[in-house]
Amino acid sequence: MSQQHDVYYVPSKSQWPIVAAVVMFLTVFGAAHWLNAEPGDTGFGKTVITIGAIGVLCMFFGWFRSVIKESLAGNYNHQVDTSFRMGMMWFIFSEVMFFGAFFGALFYIRNFSVPWLGGEGHGVLTHQFLYEAYSGAWGTAGGNGPLHVGGAFNTVVPWGLPLLNTLILLTSSVTVTIAHHALRAGHRGRILLFLGLTVLLGATFLYCQAHEYMEAYKELNLTLHSGVYGSTFFMLTGFHGLHVTLGTIMLAVIWCRVLKGHFNKEHHFAFEAVAWYWHFVDVVWLGLFLFVYIL
Amino acid sequence: MAHEATHDHHDDHHHHAPQGFFQRWVMSTNHKDIGTLYLVFSLLMFFIGGSFAMVIRAELFKPGLDLVQPYFFNQMTTMHALVMIFGAIMPAFVGLGNWMIPLMIGAPDMALPRMNNLSFWILPFAFTLMLSTLFMAGGGPAGGWTMYPPLSLQSDSLAYVVFAIHLMGISSIMGAINIIATILNMRAPGMDLLKMPVFVWSWLITAFLLIAVMPVLAGAVTMLLTDKYFGTSFFNPGGGGDPVLYQHVFWFFGHPEVYIMILPAFGIISEIIPTFARKPIFGYRAMVYAIASIAFLSFIVWAHHMFAVGLPLGADIFFMYATMLIAVPTGVKVFNWVATMWGGSMTFETPMLFAIAFVILFTIGGFSGLMLAMVPADFQYHDTYFVVAHFHYVLVTGAAFAIMGATYFWLPKWTGHMYSEFWGKVHFWCSVVFVNVLFFPQHFLGLAGMPRRIPDYNVAFANFNMISSIGGFLFGASQLIFLGVVVHCAFFAKKKATDRVWEGAKGLEWTVPSPAPHHTFEVPPVVRDEELAHGHTDD
Amino acid sequence: MTSGSIRTGRIEPNQHRTPPGRWAGIRRAGAVSLALALALCSGLAQANPEPGQLNLTRGVTTWSEVPYFLNNVVLGVCVVIGILVFGAMFIAMFRFRKSRGAVPEKWSHNTMVEVIWTTIPVLILVALAWLATGGLVSFADTTGSQMTIKVTGYQWKWRYDYVDYLGKPISKVGYMSKLDALSDKTRQLHSGLDPYAVTTDGYNTYLINVDKPLVLPIHTKIRFVITSDDVIHSWWVPQFGWKMDAIPGIVNTAWTNINETGTYRGQCAELCGQDHGFMPIVVKAVSQEDFAKWLADQQQASAPAPAAASSAAAPASAQTAAAPAKAGNG
Ligand code: HEA
Ligand code: HEA
Ligand code: CUA
Ligand SMILES: [Cu+2]
Repeated sequence: MSQQHDVYYVPSKSQWPIVAAVVMFLTVFGAAHWLNAEPGDTGFGKTVITIGAIGVLCMFFGWFRSVIKESLAGNYNHQVDTSFRMGMMWFIFSEVMFFGAFFGALFYIRNFSVPWLGGEGHGVLTHQFLYEAYSGAWGTAGGNGPLHVGGAFNTVVPWGLPLLNTLILLTSSVTVTIAHHALRAGHRGRILLFLGLTVLLGATFLYCQAHEYMEAYKELNLTLHSGVYGSTFFMLTGFHGLHVTLGTIMLAVIWCRVLKGHFNKEHHFAFEAVAWYWHFVDVVWLGLFLFVYIL
Repeated sequence: MAHEATHDHHDDHHHHAPQGFFQRWVMSTNHKDIGTLYLVFSLLMFFIGGSFAMVIRAELFKPGLDLVQPYFFNQMTTMHALVMIFGAIMPAFVGLGNWMIPLMIGAPDMALPRMNNLSFWILPFAFTLMLSTLFMAGGGPAGGWTMYPPLSLQSDSLAYVVFAIHLMGISSIMGAINIIATILNMRAPGMDLLKMPVFVWSWLITAFLLIAVMPVLAGAVTMLLTDKYFGTSFFNPGGGGDPVLYQHVFWFFGHPEVYIMILPAFGIISEIIPTFARKPIFGYRAMVYAIASIAFLSFIVWAHHMFAVGLPLGADIFFMYATMLIAVPTGVKVFNWVATMWGGSMTFETPMLFAIAFVILFTIGGFSGLMLAMVPADFQYHDTYFVVAHFHYVLVTGAAFAIMGATYFWLPKWTGHMYSEFWGKVHFWCSVVFVNVLFFPQHFLGLAGMPRRIPDYNVAFANFNMISSIGGFLFGASQLIFLGVVVHCAFFAKKKATDRVWEGAKGLEWTVPSPAPHHTFEVPPVVRDEELAHGHTDD
Repeated sequence: MTSGSIRTGRIEPNQHRTPPGRWAGIRRAGAVSLALALALCSGLAQANPEPGQLNLTRGVTTWSEVPYFLNNVVLGVCVVIGILVFGAMFIAMFRFRKSRGAVPEKWSHNTMVEVIWTTIPVLILVALAWLATGGLVSFADTTGSQMTIKVTGYQWKWRYDYVDYLGKPISKVGYMSKLDALSDKTRQLHSGLDPYAVTTDGYNTYLINVDKPLVLPIHTKIRFVITSDDVIHSWWVPQFGWKMDAIPGIVNTAWTNINETGTYRGQCAELCGQDHGFMPIVVKAVSQEDFAKWLADQQQASAPAPAAASSAAAPASAQTAAAPAKAGNG
């Protein structure tokens, strides 16, 4: 359990935390202001959110640059490395819980709220007094609730693009693992190839999803407003898509760092962290494919 | 602030605190400085949240609306709770953890010092964002700290509050990750898990709870946001959703959250009582297992806040049983504290007084919690002042008293000076008397039928409300003594503290000089079992 | 007034009691703690909150005694445990203080006592859980009701619709019920009016009086279906022993069977916006005969043109959703 306790590395003072706090504040303050904007608004919120968002990007760039520098300087001993690993693992756990909230909502909606509104089980009186015409089905037949919020819609067929996307993500998990093995074996060319492939697969996934969203909006009339079906569909896939975007960017950064020769057989925590993240995104997708698309 | 003087005394040879104010406090990577920042921030928030409570108590002083409009009253109630929970209690515990955990386990610092600094610095911005809504045209959030839809969707400040909560959540999660990594990865050689102080254990488990539930709160409020601004229907039955869904998600967070606010307090009390009883904690392992069981159970009791929303019978029964079970591990803790005192050799300095008051008054709060858990009775108690009395007993005389006790306990270690025992005791006796005048009558009000979250009431409730308000003002004023004692100890006190500070104190934190130098344990200490409170591993 | 009659006339042997027979034994078993609780809190049945009231009301329905009884039992249990625990603690604080020369013992562990004080609470909790479950099951059973009332919450008033009575559907009997005018005037910020001056029948009804109470018959199992039109409210009359949330788009159910005629007051019990504190509930429980008469009047009143409607029992401003006094605050 206990580590080799060579001299503990206390990172130097850094301006990045306070910069991060400021730009995060600007981003959300701008966003909140923007959401509440009246029709004739001057665009103050938009300006602030833009500044904030650019600031966040710069902050990440700056912070990570300094971390990379220190890492390359060999400052990080085994203990620091373990701390980083734990940090990443628990961060991913927190992400799991975040998705858990939305999966939980989906579960509740499908197993309780919609059937109850349709008069099953606990919902007899609700149905009788308020929604006698509602059948409580899921999907096209009633996933937008008794008041048909958002109007009639069609659902996305899982065996088209979503299936393709599943295959893409599964493949990308394999490629990233191959790249990892290559890294441990020290085959630089192979790393670059397979890591590059992973990035491309991630980008393809995003392209397909964008395409799917467009089709949903234009042809299926399936929108964020399509009752709970639309809500759960777009919130779950949307947050997942955001994570894929982030993951792809991180993979791309790692690719560049491999190119620059930042990693060696022993020291490549950043690579592993991103790989874990990517696997996590992959697993979430499998859950989505099953619970959002198929069932 | 509390130890500006730190570096001119016992400091380590080459590692002096950096000189520039901005460098030291804003760019810090030092667990002690960041701990201090947390504690100062939390004290500030306690006073802000407390002044909102004073508005509430003043309006409720007598029947009739005399001071504020009902809508503003609701904003006060909401903000009071949000500020106290997320601004006062939680940051105080994080601050104590920051300060003490590395000292207790022989670590040089937190595992991820820069992230530690970020965790702190997010908070002032988050609270600026949230408190600023009070000055906006539509006013602040007024739907209660629980923010139930559809009511919470009626307010324009929703977006600000939701984002502020996102920020606080990020801060808490990062803080918790840091604590877990520190405890699991930074212990000095020989500091086995089952030799750690109970306080460290309590924080380890609390940190796990935080990482597990803060994201769920983020999810819940995100759904509120999209329901209001982006046309989703999560909480709208017309679209197939259900307002009750929000309550499930919220309380899945909310119940573990209340234990997040009490487990570190349990840890603190488990440090203070053995110290002043001069006898090791009774049943160390049972204490650790009890905390773990409470944490586990906290995930399966959430719907006890929802007995009146019309859950299916089976759900009511399940959640009632699970809730009642929590009394068992909590009882183990209470009994063990008493057993620690039994056969000891006690003295009653201020920290011990607070610890004893905690054991009694928290238990009273726990008893009313058990009463609330009985569903048919909760049909009567729910949303009355009985509930308000319950949670102030566990939160104020529980969490807040533990924090005050901890402050007195460790202040000499932080500042290198003894606080004024006399004024500490004055603060204690005022607090313990007035807090009961403040909250005990609220039990009666609730039983007699006074709903919570109302700005005005029937005259039948007049006498107890007046007593409660008077108690409130006096309790609030007593906290000025606390402020005085802390400021005096930090800046003006003359009496030097010894390294061990308390005669019965055991553990690594008492082996370093007082005030604790800016950097400690840069070389891992040699852990000797007889120096630890729990060096023996036989129980 | 009403409270007096309830104290004397509570027990009615011929009345069907919902908590079945097995309750009797437990009641006797809990008598000790009950007596203790009663000694601590003057737990007398009251029809309305009374100044200085310390305990729950006993209520006036066949079920309302369940929470009251449970409250007293669990309170008694807690008091006893509290005395034991705090007593032990104070003894320790007295005996084992350094100033008396106490020397700390070396032990810090004892499996035997630890097992004991884990097991005993479990047993106590099992007993309490058993009691509570019985009461809960009887509450959940809304079958066999003789009447249905639909309750709808609005910001900030209640609407009552009579759905059926003794198996016959009722149409068009329903009305809004909101805070009475005097309370409403008095409760305005800086109104200068005295809350103590708001009385009905010599009883202060500041904020707990309405313009049109809900009229219900006694000795009738009444089913409530409860919902809301805007945000969540909660319908609560303490004398009935329960509250139930009124949730928009969802219908909840509860039941009551009132034993006593009288006027019973309650309040909205879920934060519902600025006037949450100002949407009281008043139930007027009348004999079955009086109720039948009242209902007939109401039906008659709603049948012809509304303008002609007027009866002695209550002005039939039934369907008007007016709340002019509060419109300005919206
Ligand atoms: C620190 C915070 C904290 C803590 C520790 C607790 C502890 C407990 N709480 Fe509390 N609770 C809150 C904070 C807390 N609560 C808050 C903030 C709310 C209101 C939220 C809102 O609506 O705004 C609330 C509301 C609340 C409700 C909902 C009430 C309602 O709205 O209708 C319930 C219902 O079951 C409940 C139960 C309990 C129980 C059973 C415990 C148990 O953990 C208590 C266990 C302890 C003991 C029982 C005492 C010691 C034990 C012994 C001496 C052993 C022997 C005892 C017996 C066998 C009886 N709480
Ligand atoms: C987390 C901890 C916490 C703490 C510490 C407190 C502390 C206090 N609370 Fe708390 N309270 C909550 C959490 C907390 N509360 C929650 C969660 C709710 C539910 C909200 C909801 O319904 O949504 C609530 C609701 C609540 C209500 C019910 C409001 C309502 O239903 O409308 C009341 C009413 O009395 C109240 C009172 C107080 C008082 C008097 C204190 C006192 O202990 C405060 C003492 C501190 C000070 C007063 C500050 C310091 C002193 C000064 C600033 C000096 C100046 C003052 C004077 C000279 C008088 N609180
Ligand atoms: Cu209606 Cu509160
Ligand atoms: Cu709870």
